[in-house]
Amino acid sequence: MRTTTLIIGAGQAGLAMSRCLTDRSIDHVVLERGEVANSWKTERWDSLRLLTPNWQSRLPGFGYEGDDPDGYRTMPETIAFLERYAEVVAAPVRTNTRVKSVRQSDDGYQVVTDQGDWQCQAVVLATGACNIATVPALAQAVPAAINTLTAMQYRNPEQIEKGGVLVVGASATGTQIADEIHRSGRPTTLAVGEHVRAPRVYRGRDIEWWMDAAGVLDDRYDEVDDIARARRVPSLQLAGSVERRTIDLNSLTAIGVKLIGRLAHVSLGDGKAQFSGSLRNQCALADLKMNRLLDRIDEWATENGLDDQVEPSHRFEPTEVEASPPLGLDLNSGEIRTIIWATGFRPDYSWLDVPVLDRKGRIRHDGGVVESPGMYLMGIPFLRRRKSSLIDGAGDDARDLSAHLASYLHRAGRS
Amino acid sequence: MATSKKQVDNGVNVEALLGARKALTEAPEGAKFQWRATCKWVYGTHSRSSIHGYFGLGEEHKHKTEFTFEADHPEVFASEDKGAAPVEMVLCGLASCLTAGVAAVAQHREIQLRSVSATLEAGMDIQGILGIDSDVRNGFDGIKVTYKIDADATPDEIKAVVAQSQKRSAVYDIIANPTNITVEVS
Repeated sequence: MRTTTLIIGAGQAGLAMSRCLTDRSIDHVVLERGEVANSWKTERWDSLRLLTPNWQSRLPGFGYEGDDPDGYRTMPETIAFLERYAEVVAAPVRTNTRVKSVRQSDDGYQVVTDQGDWQCQAVVLATGACNIATVPALAQAVPAAINTLTAMQYRNPEQIEKGGVLVVGASATGTQIADEIHRSGRPTTLAVGEHVRAPRVYRGRDIEWWMDAAGVLDDRYDEVDDIARARRVPSLQLAGSVERRTIDLNSLTAIGVKLIGRLAHVSLGDGKAQFSGSLRNQCALADLKMNRLLDRIDEWATENGLDDQVEPSHRFEPTEVEASPPLGLDLNSGEIRTIIWATGFRPDYSWLDVPVLDRKGRIRHDGGVVESPGMYLMGIPFLRRRKSSLIDGAGDDARDLSAHLASYLHRAGRS
Repeated sequence: MATSKKQVDNGVNVEALLGARKALTEAPEGAKFQWRATCKWVYGTHSRSSIHGYFGLGEEHKHKTEFTFEADHPEVFASEDKGAAPVEMVLCGLASCLTAGVAAVAQHREIQLRSVSATLEAGMDIQGILGIDSDVRNGFDGIKVTYKIDADATPDEIKAVVAQSQKRSAVYDIIANPTNITVEVS
C-alpha cells in the first residue's frame, strides 16, 4: 500500500495533523493501533477529567460546542469529543492497525503493520508522550507482599486492598490519585520529588485562562532559556473537577495525607524504604516557581487593564512541611499495603527503526522536525510551544509542521 | 532571562561552566569524576587527611597544592581538640558546596552578590554514638542552614537562587539521600 504521508496515532495530534494535510490536499492515512483516542479510552483512571477547561480544546476546524465552557471533560466526554473531531475532519483513520516498524527506504519510509505494509514519503509520529509508565529501578527491591501498580493500571480505589497506600510522585497524576485514595479510607502517604504547583483558579479565573491569555502557553521552544530543561519539567499539579478544586500538597495535608520526601532507596531483603531529606526544598522550589508564574500573570493583567475586572492579586500560603518529615518506612511492617508509581510516563519508540534517538531514547528533533528528512514528531511536552502536549496545542503545531512537511514534499518532488 | 549585558561579577566563569555542560552532554564519559582523600592516624582521636589527586574529564589531575585537614574531637570528648570534629567538617562541606552554588546560580541569573554568609546548626543526640540507646541514630537529627545574603535582587529572587543551589548541590544530595559505602581492609 502506498500513500504520501502516514500519520501514526489517532489522538488529538494525529487528527489535527490529518485536518491540516487535508487542507493542503496532501494524500495521507492515519494508522491507529486501537481506536480513535485509544490512550484516553484504555490508559486512564475512572474519575480523571481533563486538566484543561472545555473551551480550551480548540482544534483546527473544531472546538467546544456545549454550554459548559468552564467545565472539565470526563474521559468518556473526551473520547466522544475526539471521535466527533475525527468524523468532522473526515480523517482517513485505519483503526486496529498496529505499527510494527518504521524504517527508511529508497523513497521515504517503509511502515510495517499487522495489517500490511505501507510505503510513504513522509511520516508523522503522533503516538503521544505517555505510552509507558515509568517505574524507578528501586521498585525491584519492594517486598513481594506489597501490591504495586502504575498510574496507568490504576482505575479506582476499590481496586486496592484496604490499608495504607504509598503514592510515589506528586505531579498532577500522583496528587489526584493520593486525594482520591485517601478519601476512600485508605491512609495515604505521598512521596514528593520535583513538582510544579499551580492553583486551579487565580483572581477568579482558571489558571489555564490566564496562561493562555498572557501568552505563557505560547512560549516558543526556540525562545525559552533552556529547552532541554523545559521539556523535562513535570506537569502542573492540576485537577479537573466540578467544584474547580485545587489539589495541592496543602489540600492533601488538610485531609490527612502524609507528605514524605522523594523515595530514594529500598533495601533488598529487609524492605526498608528511605526517603530524601529534600522535601522542604522541593516545596520551596515549587512555591517560588508558582509565584513567578503569578507575577507574570499580574504584570500582564495590569498592562492589559484587567485589574478592575478581576479579583485582586494575592499569594497562596506556602506549602506546609512538618518539622521533621520521616526519612524511612518499613515496607514489611504492614503499614503500607500498596504502592502506586506515579513517577511519570515516557513514549514507546520500540517500533522505530530509524537512527534518530539520543542516548536517553528521546527523538532528536528541532521543534518536531526530526533529523531524518520527511519525519515529524508531535504531541510531546514543549515540542514547539509550552502547550504542545495539550489538546489545545495540537492545532498550532500541526499548522507549523504541515507547512514544513508540504515544502519538504515539494522539494522532494522537484529533485 | 534578560539578555542585556549587565555588569555582574561574582567571580564565577559561567561561560566556561556552560561550555563544559554542552561538551559533556555530547561526551558523557568525560563527566565521570572520582574524588579522593587519604587519612593518617596521628594519635588519640587526632588524624590528618590529605587531598591532592582526582580523576575527571578522562584523565588524572592534581590540585595546585596538597591540602591537609586536621581533625580531632573537643575536650568534652576527652580528646585534645587539635582540629575540627569530623561532623563539623561535614557541615563545612555542605556550607561550601551550597555557597559555591549560590555564587554560580546568581552569576548565571545576572544577580550581583555583595555579601553571603551562612550559619549551620546540626542537632545530634550522642546517645547514638555512645551506644546508650539503639533507637537513636549516630548522625545528625537534622541540619539547619541560615543564609544572610545582600544582593542586587528581590527577596524571592534570592530565595530562588538558594533553592536552586540546593537542587544542584552534590553535598546536599550526599547528605539528603542514601549512598552505598564500602569499607575494606587491605
